[in-house]
Amino acid sequence: MLEFFIAILLLFLGGLVAACSSRSDIGHRAGQIGAIVGSVFGLVAAVRVLIGGEPEGALGVWHMPGGTLHFEIDAVAAFFLLPVFGLSIVTAFYGRTYLSTGDGERDSAASWFHLNLLTASMALVIAARDGLLFLLAWEIMALSPFFLVIFDDRKEAARHAAWTYLAATHLGTAFLLVMFVVLGGLAGTSDFDAYGAVLRGHSTLSSAIFVLALIGFGAKAGIVPAHVWLPEAHPAAPSHASALMSGSMIKVGIYGIVRILMMLGTPEPWWGWALIAIGATSGVLGVLFALAQHDLKRLLAYHSVENIGIILLGIGVGVLGLATGLLPLAVIGFAAGLLHVVNHCIFKGLLFLGAGAVQHAAHTLDLEELGGLLKRMKWTGTAFLIGSAAIVGLPPLNGFVSEFLLFTSGFVAVAHPLASIATAGLIVIVVMGLISGLAAACFAKAFGIVFLGSPRSPEAAEAHEAARPMTAAMAFLAALCVIIGLAAPVVVAASAGVVAAATGIAVGTVGDQLTIVTGALTGTVIVFAILIVVGALAWGLRARRLAGAAVPRRPVWGCGYLFPSSRMQYTASSFAQPLVTQFHLFIRNREALVPPKGYFPAASSYSSDSGDPFLRLLFAPTFRWFDRMATRLNVIQHGHIHVYVLYVAATLIALLIWESF
Amino acid sequence: MFALLDTIHAVGLLTCFALLATSRIGACIRWLSFQGILFGLVPLFVHDDGLTIREVALAAGNVALKGIVFPWVLLRLRARADYNREVQPFVSFIMSILFGTLALALSVWLTIQMKPALREAPFGMLDSSIFLIFVGLFLIISRRNALMQVIGYLVLENGIFLFGVITVVGTPLLVELGVLLDAFVGVFVMGIAIYHINREFGSIDVDRLTALKG
Amino acid sequence: MPTPGSLAATVCALVLAPLLLGIVNRTKSFVAGRRGPPVLQLYWDLAKYLRRGAVYGDTTSWLFRLGPVIGLAAAAAALLVTPFGGIAAPVPFTGDLIVLAGLLALGRFATVLAALDTGSSFEGMGASREMHFAALAEPALLLALATLAHATDCLSLTAIYRAIDAAAWIGALPTFALTAMTLVVLMLVENTRIPVDDPTTHLELTMIHEVMVLDHSGPDLGYIHYAAALKFWIVGSLLVGLVVPVRSGDFWLDLTAMLAGMAGLAVAVGIIESAMARYRLVHVPQFIVGAATLSAVAFIIRLV
Repeated sequence: MLEFFIAILLLFLGGLVAACSSRSDIGHRAGQIGAIVGSVFGLVAAVRVLIGGEPEGALGVWHMPGGTLHFEIDAVAAFFLLPVFGLSIVTAFYGRTYLSTGDGERDSAASWFHLNLLTASMALVIAARDGLLFLLAWEIMALSPFFLVIFDDRKEAARHAAWTYLAATHLGTAFLLVMFVVLGGLAGTSDFDAYGAVLRGHSTLSSAIFVLALIGFGAKAGIVPAHVWLPEAHPAAPSHASALMSGSMIKVGIYGIVRILMMLGTPEPWWGWALIAIGATSGVLGVLFALAQHDLKRLLAYHSVENIGIILLGIGVGVLGLATGLLPLAVIGFAAGLLHVVNHCIFKGLLFLGAGAVQHAAHTLDLEELGGLLKRMKWTGTAFLIGSAAIVGLPPLNGFVSEFLLFTSGFVAVAHPLASIATAGLIVIVVMGLISGLAAACFAKAFGIVFLGSPRSPEAAEAHEAARPMTAAMAFLAALCVIIGLAAPVVVAASAGVVAAATGIAVGTVGDQLTIVTGALTGTVIVFAILIVVGALAWGLRARRLAGAAVPRRPVWGCGYLFPSSRMQYTASSFAQPLVTQFHLFIRNREALVPPKGYFPAASSYSSDSGDPFLRLLFAPTFRWFDRMATRLNVIQHGHIHVYVLYVAATLIALLIWESF
Repeated sequence: MFALLDTIHAVGLLTCFALLATSRIGACIRWLSFQGILFGLVPLFVHDDGLTIREVALAAGNVALKGIVFPWVLLRLRARADYNREVQPFVSFIMSILFGTLALALSVWLTIQMKPALREAPFGMLDSSIFLIFVGLFLIISRRNALMQVIGYLVLENGIFLFGVITVVGTPLLVELGVLLDAFVGVFVMGIAIYHINREFGSIDVDRLTALKG
Repeated sequence: MPTPGSLAATVCALVLAPLLLGIVNRTKSFVAGRRGPPVLQLYWDLAKYLRRGAVYGDTTSWLFRLGPVIGLAAAAAALLVTPFGGIAAPVPFTGDLIVLAGLLALGRFATVLAALDTGSSFEGMGASREMHFAALAEPALLLALATLAHATDCLSLTAIYRAIDAAAWIGALPTFALTAMTLVVLMLVENTRIPVDDPTTHLELTMIHEVMVLDHSGPDLGYIHYAAALKFWIVGSLLVGLVVPVRSGDFWLDLTAMLAGMAGLAVAVGIIESAMARYRLVHVPQFIVGAATLSAVAFIIRLV
């Protein structure tokens, strides 16, 4: 536990020095070193708990009324600390070079304060075991990204995004506040250990707490319809902060849901169904919205929504298994969801870092202006390719492993004789199949338009490779994707302790159930190995066949047209057009078309707006209505002092009368 | 061997999906006639205490009316109206197919709820009848062409009739023939109405009937 | 360890896959009243491609060269989990259906990226359409496999297909019949046959798969054609394994029945291609969703 506190202290100190130092490079150095060394200490603490198996705790006296300084890292907390501290190291490594080679003239060293505070507060939230402590750390975790999102406050879009983020996070926190107040009131103390005892046996109360937790934590995680802040906030922040937010911060929402589930004991079946429904909706809608985007970071942000949906699908299947007593479903479902937490952190972090490199190189993130970057940015491009293949869930990478676990849980459910379980399994399988197919289309678009083909703008034609630390960070994450994919059986078997802690089933039983999948994963790894061997052989044969002869380079087939230009390539909108039209009912993008008229058309244009339909059709009208209602209440505030005194007198008389009854 | 009723059940479900997915009116009418003949044969197999003249008469009447007479009337109407594609329904074809799947799941669930009260009814036929009712209503609601709506009405009628045949054991033949007569009259009235609408407006797109508002 | 029977079936697949496409072409020519190319034509073509040199577009990068290699490796790896009727796959395990779908997706992704690498609008067109139909076909395939898993109560392709014998067919006729219809449609979609795509045309308005490989040449083109033949064999053995329920336990009888079934399938595909015209592109999604619905109906009526 000591290492954990040292980690928090180092993170905070590094950030403080960065904020206070007058020289920019000292500030950057201090922030980065504080982040990296602090996170290493934190990782040591987390890994020790995971390997040792014994939770570590610390209890202190706090002068806050009703609160205790109770920290504890058990297996689940240690597991969630891995993405927090691990990604923090990588993004810090990347971040210093990113910020110093950027073309903004802002003094950006102070942003290390907020970045380190974000990491520290995430760790505190995960380790907190007291309601008040949790909420305090949660608020700090909610506020620090605000400053990161508003980093480039000259842009109107960034200011708007920060405001949206702040409103959304506080709406979610409101639900959490209600939940903790209810729990604390019933238990008499705000310590988590007491909550569990209060909830046993109260079915309606447990369901109410579950719903509050789902909305509150789900808003942070980014479930549909509470996801509207994600595509605004993540693109506005600098890329290493976006990576940390998308990779770790939204996982803290998942952690909250898992922790509440652990507290609530045996779940009801409808909770599992609710989680599956929310997971399916978020997954499908997230990837559909992503398809329509042409800003790279916005596309990646919507994919985070989709992956949260996948994680919730896994946890939902697990909860359904726990509720109906089907151990294989419970174990495999939770294993799928939890493994996807770590996997998503790795490849989403990688993709955001790649987007940052692209932004530095080509000064734009608009897909319609990029192209051909693979030839000029080999390392970034290859890393981005591995990240894309991983997020789509292609063999032999890590995304495939967690999707394999999720599909297996679906198939185990489908083969069950009970009709409701079989239907749940079928829904999971079909929804995941649809999500995989759509994600493949979306990343074929994202990677293909950005990195392949020829450049669509002069800036893209002059792109340069990112600096060494940036490409090293990306290469490390890409290597992790491959390693976890190939070492799948070992990784899944090692997660038995975490799954046992999360589900409340004994470790031995969990291990037995997991042998269903570890055996399958061994077969999968054999297939991967043969895939790689056959690929290598085919490449070798091809190289040998073409070794002697000259291999000329010619223009690509253009149907005889003599002057091909880069504008003739497929653009991002045209690539996604068939799918976007097919699913127009859900995506609801608006198009403005000025068609060519006449025999010698002058100007014509096409533009499409893919603003979030939930924001446009649900939240914006609701907030405008509240605004109108609130404006009506303005009548009270008219400025006449004697009427204000009348208000005071009336309240006084009313209280006197009330007290006397 | 597998039960004949199960085959009728499975093939009947497929005819409903075909109706949901087809846009050509002529093909829809043919599917409807096939469905009428298929479900018209059900009275012959459903009560296994021997075939009486009543079942044979019912089946023959059904097959004749729903398999031959109604489709013939509709085909003549189609030729006269000269409007033989459902080009742009209110609900697209893919959504219609997906609705069909959901309606099937719902009717199976409803049948499971209803089963304890209706012990003698074969399961497959019961959920077929509820599914036919759903599909018939959906076709009436979601299609623009008036002929498709008549087809929907006839599918609805098939469903109600099927439900009656398999659940009710002791009603006299007259009641069942009365139900058939009701359908007969309905189709003829609708046919005459469509003929006149087409003559007056030049189209049988029901969305344009809102022009009749005062 | 893989059984000798499974290894023999895999060798059959590797050797005989190009023959199937030859049978398809021969059938189409016969129906059209022509003599047509020899049945072994694809073998001569593959040998020719391996001998030839290659030309590469000047906009392409190393990914363009890697695409066909990955496509071939994915198809070959998929053979490892595909059973041949009653004959087991070389590496069977729980959930190998998922690996099959994943490998098909990998091959498709690699082909699409190689197509986008050329920076030509033709390849972009094909890539866009391919991803559109694949997004709909993947849930359809998984739905069909899930229905089979539910009907046979097994979780591995080998176990599922071993359980589909004549008795199982009689017991679950509607389920298997409907799933077989879905697999027929998926066969046409995955292998880009008429009515989804025309494998012989070179008009950009009608191409999906053909246009994506427009700029490949030499050994790369050979890899692409061979991978297409392997994919035909793999999806075909899923269908024929379902439709030909010969599970006698005797290896030679099962193998012969399956090989006859595969040849019959190739002839049937040739006849379908000759009898139908290509659908308008807006109707293809309806076609695929309709096929998926058949499997969903099979599942629902099986639930009770």
